[in-house]
Amino acid sequence: MRDITKERFADGKPLLRRYHQARWDEPIVFELSSKDERGILLPEVEKGIRDKVGDVLDALPEGMRRERPPALPEISQPQVLRHYVRLSQQTLGADFNIDVGQGTCTMKYSPKVHEDLARSPHAACLHPYQPDETVQGVLEIMYSFEQILKEVSGMDRFSMQPGAGSAAIYASASIIRKYHEMRGEGDTRDEIITTSFSHPSDAACAKVAGYNIVTLPPDKDGYPDFEALEAAISERTAGLLMTNPEDTGIFNPDIKDFVDLAHENGALCFYDQANANGILGITRSREAGFDLCHFNLHKTFSTPHGCGGPAAGALGVTEELAQFLPTPVVACEDGIYRLDYDRPNSIGKVGAFHGSAGCVIRAYAWAMSLGADGMKTAAEVAVLNNNYFLKKVLEIPGASAPYASGKYRIEQVRYSWEELTKDTGVHSEELGVRAADYGVHYWTSHHPFVIPEPMTLEPTESYTRAELDEYVEILRAVAQEARDNPDKIKKGPYNCPIHQVNHDEFDDPNKWAITWRAYQKKKDK
Amino acid sequence: MSKEKVYPYVPNSAPDVKAAMLKEIGATSVEDFYEDVPEKLRLGRRMDLPEPFLSEYALKRHVKGLLQKNTTCQDFISFLGAGCYHHHVPAVCDEVNRRGEFLTAYAGEPYDDHGRFQTLWEYCSMMGELLNMDVVNVPCYDWLQAAATACRMAARMTGRTRILVARSSGPERTSKIVDYCKPELTIDFLDYDPETGQLDLDALRSELSDDVAAVYFENPTFLGVIEGQGADIAQAARDRGAETIVGVDPISLGVLTPPADYGADIVCGDVQTLGVHMQFGGGTAGFIASRDEVRYVQEYPSRLFGIAPTAVPGEYGFGDVLYDRTSFGVREKGKEFVGTASALWGITAGVYLALMGPQGMQEIGEGILQRARYAMMRLSEIPGVKAPAFSSTHFKEFVVNFDGTGKSVEEINQALLEKKIFGGVDLSKDFPELGKTALYCVTEVHTQADIDALVEALTDIVAAKP
Amino acid sequence: MCTPRPKLGLIVNPVAGLGGAVGLKGSDGVDTQEKALALGAVPLSPARATRALERLAKIKDLFDLFTCGGRMGLEATRSAGLAATVITDPGDVTTADDTRNAAQAMAGQGVDLLLFAGGDGTARDIYDAVGDSISVLGIPTGVKIYSGAYAVSPAAAGELAADFLQGKTKETHDAEVMDIDEASLRQGRVSAQLYGYLRIPRRRRLTQGVKASSDAGEAVAAAVAAADVVHDMKPGRYYVMGPGTTTRAVMSELKLEGTLMGVDVVRDGKLEARDAGEQQILDLVAGRDASVVVTVIGGQGYLLGRGNQQISAKVIREVGRENIIVVATRAKLNSLQWRPLLVDTGDDEVDALLSGYIRVVTGHDEQAVCKVGGLEV
Repeated sequence: MRDITKERFADGKPLLRRYHQARWDEPIVFELSSKDERGILLPEVEKGIRDKVGDVLDALPEGMRRERPPALPEISQPQVLRHYVRLSQQTLGADFNIDVGQGTCTMKYSPKVHEDLARSPHAACLHPYQPDETVQGVLEIMYSFEQILKEVSGMDRFSMQPGAGSAAIYASASIIRKYHEMRGEGDTRDEIITTSFSHPSDAACAKVAGYNIVTLPPDKDGYPDFEALEAAISERTAGLLMTNPEDTGIFNPDIKDFVDLAHENGALCFYDQANANGILGITRSREAGFDLCHFNLHKTFSTPHGCGGPAAGALGVTEELAQFLPTPVVACEDGIYRLDYDRPNSIGKVGAFHGSAGCVIRAYAWAMSLGADGMKTAAEVAVLNNNYFLKKVLEIPGASAPYASGKYRIEQVRYSWEELTKDTGVHSEELGVRAADYGVHYWTSHHPFVIPEPMTLEPTESYTRAELDEYVEILRAVAQEARDNPDKIKKGPYNCPIHQVNHDEFDDPNKWAITWRAYQKKKDK
Repeated sequence: MSKEKVYPYVPNSAPDVKAAMLKEIGATSVEDFYEDVPEKLRLGRRMDLPEPFLSEYALKRHVKGLLQKNTTCQDFISFLGAGCYHHHVPAVCDEVNRRGEFLTAYAGEPYDDHGRFQTLWEYCSMMGELLNMDVVNVPCYDWLQAAATACRMAARMTGRTRILVARSSGPERTSKIVDYCKPELTIDFLDYDPETGQLDLDALRSELSDDVAAVYFENPTFLGVIEGQGADIAQAARDRGAETIVGVDPISLGVLTPPADYGADIVCGDVQTLGVHMQFGGGTAGFIASRDEVRYVQEYPSRLFGIAPTAVPGEYGFGDVLYDRTSFGVREKGKEFVGTASALWGITAGVYLALMGPQGMQEIGEGILQRARYAMMRLSEIPGVKAPAFSSTHFKEFVVNFDGTGKSVEEINQALLEKKIFGGVDLSKDFPELGKTALYCVTEVHTQADIDALVEALTDIVAAKP
Repeated sequence: MCTPRPKLGLIVNPVAGLGGAVGLKGSDGVDTQEKALALGAVPLSPARATRALERLAKIKDLFDLFTCGGRMGLEATRSAGLAATVITDPGDVTTADDTRNAAQAMAGQGVDLLLFAGGDGTARDIYDAVGDSISVLGIPTGVKIYSGAYAVSPAAAGELAADFLQGKTKETHDAEVMDIDEASLRQGRVSAQLYGYLRIPRRRRLTQGVKASSDAGEAVAAAVAAADVVHDMKPGRYYVMGPGTTTRAVMSELKLEGTLMGVDVVRDGKLEARDAGEQQILDLVAGRDASVVVTVIGGQGYLLGRGNQQISAKVIREVGRENIIVVATRAKLNSLQWRPLLVDTGDDEVDALLSGYIRVVTGHDEQAVCKVGGLEV
């Protein structure tokens, strides 16, 4: 019997996978349609009802009765399932790839036991307006999770209502606005300060709330420039929105100086904690002096990303700002939980109902499965993994980690392939597409790029050393190919469900087709 | 607490590999990595959190124990609606959104995540058929966001700063619109006719002026009434250069005319009714739709997916329609923001529409009309109860007026609870002008027996001595 | 009927980059060239050009190549294994005139893209010859280049040229050509001013990601920032508009035809002076409410450079530091990686006055705080 296992190694190291993603070449769902096929049948309306009500369609107001049925496809049930399962196979979920390449997204393991819990009827089949006494279980979970977040962050009150990070940032801008309005400074304080490495949502959300945005530059070490803050801050400053560590993975030790200066000038400070995964149990909002903060439950707290939601942005505030939180909040008296709608100074609704209870249940379960020690261990290992990764990635010729040279990072790093691009003419985006041929994701950065030819990687605590090594080997192979055969990279990918997309059509109003019906009208033109 | 505890979710917490990695990095302990975190910023103590359930069994037992304190809408018969609805969720919908690939994917490229792109594009396409519109966005958070964003889109397009909102719209939606449109836009409300529940057209015409960017109304209204004047409202708005924004429940569009057909410019709503469990309000996914004109497309803050050829003929590719979405009107402040929202529910809604097809959507609409009508007729037979309170036609929700019973909605709902029924949402706070009223919702999950049980229960409750 | 193949032109400045390796800065002037060769300098630009051309070898049947004889192009094309038509033959010793003549000849041939290998001097020569009438792209050689008309590397130049010739990227944008004071450079000071703009291909984006929210194209971003500046303009006030494409966007917003390279003065939406000199500007603004509107120029990020004789130290003193409006796009600041902006008015006192932090208008109600520093080498 041959030693198959031996053949999977060379020089003691595992060979790269001979990976190929599922490729079904699947038609569009409309093409599966066949006249009269049904995917599901409806419960019949009883004769007793039909007899009593008469022709309800006839009774509709004039012009309100749909004349032509919608041109939806007609497909039988097994075929619908087959179509979607095939499409799911062509989607690279974190469940089955070494998902360290989606930096800032914190693609950690979403425990399956959470699915059992959050999908049970006792969680899924609840209406948000049921009487409080019938939903004590979910209210207790929401309240208990709030207490956990309070300790993790040091803040006094939380709302789970924002639908994700951006919604939480918007809500905080709205709270900042209301706070100043109530003190009579709503008109004079019209600026919010943020940093060049902040998530674009920090500026964009504050803009929606009516603010002028002022961005601070980085200093030569990659920290936000404190002197720039001194120059920018004034009696017009309403708030300071900061992330720490920033997407570069660099922790700003002087963050409290920023907060103090803002406070001295009457401004509030919001801590965008999208990057909390490396600092749980180590450092908190409270000690840095922040007035508001948020956590992405679908990042740090393990709830699955769902292709882009549902998610939750837990928003935390100091006691002074609690009155402004979105309505309702969960209150507890003598062990009885209720939803408190009596909140005259609230900013109102930020998201529908009470936010994503499913996310809160999963996040609660995660926190309760780890506890204080477990969460701190998760943070420390995430940081260990990141620094291990940093060392290995920098061994690849052409890769660099701008700023903070020679220093450790927290939980992620924004690398640069500038040197490789200079040598080979291959750009970071092209490297990333080719990396997908080995079964991994790779994210560059927000646009427009600050660090040139960027690559942002965040290992989290969920991956083994061997998996980290594998990802590095993939990068090494792709970087080498950029030198040996740049043309191959530029024409990639080859092992993904589809080949290189022609992006020209997306910016041309005569060509773009956002739906099948639009495509029918525009194709062949 | 052992220092070297190993956690199943944290592979490198195993001591040997942790030590080997530290050695390779050249660090002595993980503490080295936090050298940039000064003392004054450190927590400096163990977090004071509840002790964990380290075993999966104990964790599951604990959380299940909590969840079992809840009474579900399967345990009781529920007539609650008001923006979150109990419809049947096909098993295939749950099967698809439980698949690990869809559940745990996020932001990959159109290559590694081709399935995600195609699935969402198909969702947008099927919604397009339902709405009779060529542009539909990748889902945003919920109807609240969709409506508020639609208002801002209209303001950007027209350069105007007033929005007229029907007072019969959902209170959560209007609260969000008011907050989100500050400070640039003013919101003015239009009353409804107390008899019919439909928009007061005179009020509309007198409020319409050249500074109105859009008129927003819902159809059916939050109070359940089918707004038969849709075409008139849209015409009046159009005559004054304002956009018409209509909020709809997509499950009604198998039988009701899509708003685009009577003149709506932007249509919005929530697809929770299309195959997504209620989840205590967490199953929301908002949609925004419009005509395929540059002036609309360039205003969407959300992602819009497009279809495109690839290097291989016959292969379907997808990507973002990224047309420079910045215009520069005088007070243009950019296109709001985009982020993680509710994609998985969009995928689910696509599966639902594929299962239902045109016939399914027609049948469910008709069935709901029948059951709701039945409920209204039977409830009206109860002395002191008026259902519906408005004289118009309704879809699945209707206002029930209990003024004649002498009892408050709170009392009635409490009594219903004892009979294992969730009565309709109490409208007393948000719509005091209607008296003692509640919003009842009837869908395809209600059997005749369920409705009869409600009627019987209410009959007893109303008759009972105070 | 078949469509004609695209035409590619190639001009190599064989002496560009000569001085760098042997410690001389810049290579202009026959003296410096001779000195460099005496020191053992090896001309680098031919090899760089070859490297770029090697990237085009894969599509060599898809385009027609035109070049100059000998070291001004033919040698490099032969090394890369490509066939070419020679349209000028300068002989052994080449000068800036040869570059200019060759560029004009290429334009006359109707080349779709003109590749040139050299440095800032070569870019100026190309600009003198053809301006922005044709698309061009620079292959960078040894020394540090301050002009934006160059790709980041020879390989990148070749790839971008290949994409452009195949129609994979069709858009072009304006790239700055800088005039570097070589004498100052040799003394350790970078003193640059805007010389002109060349039109170079814009690299297409291969992928888009969820994080790209409201990503505006460069021209649109400039227009948005420009609109913000215009919106805040006060009646009766004079605005001295510095050179650059972003300030030109302000003029466009005002629907005025200004000069790209020169300084114009605007008031109440009307053009008060076009391509004004220092004295003319002083006459207009002396004792009146006035602002100076400038943008960030060049790969080094100049606000005000030496040789900007129009917006001189005198003008700055007259207008006042607090009345300087800087407008630039985020992308521009990102491309500088937010390094401090440079000022060099020729007057140390005014330079010091301008140092510190300044607000830059980057969009509608959107500003960045930038450091303004001294000169850097």
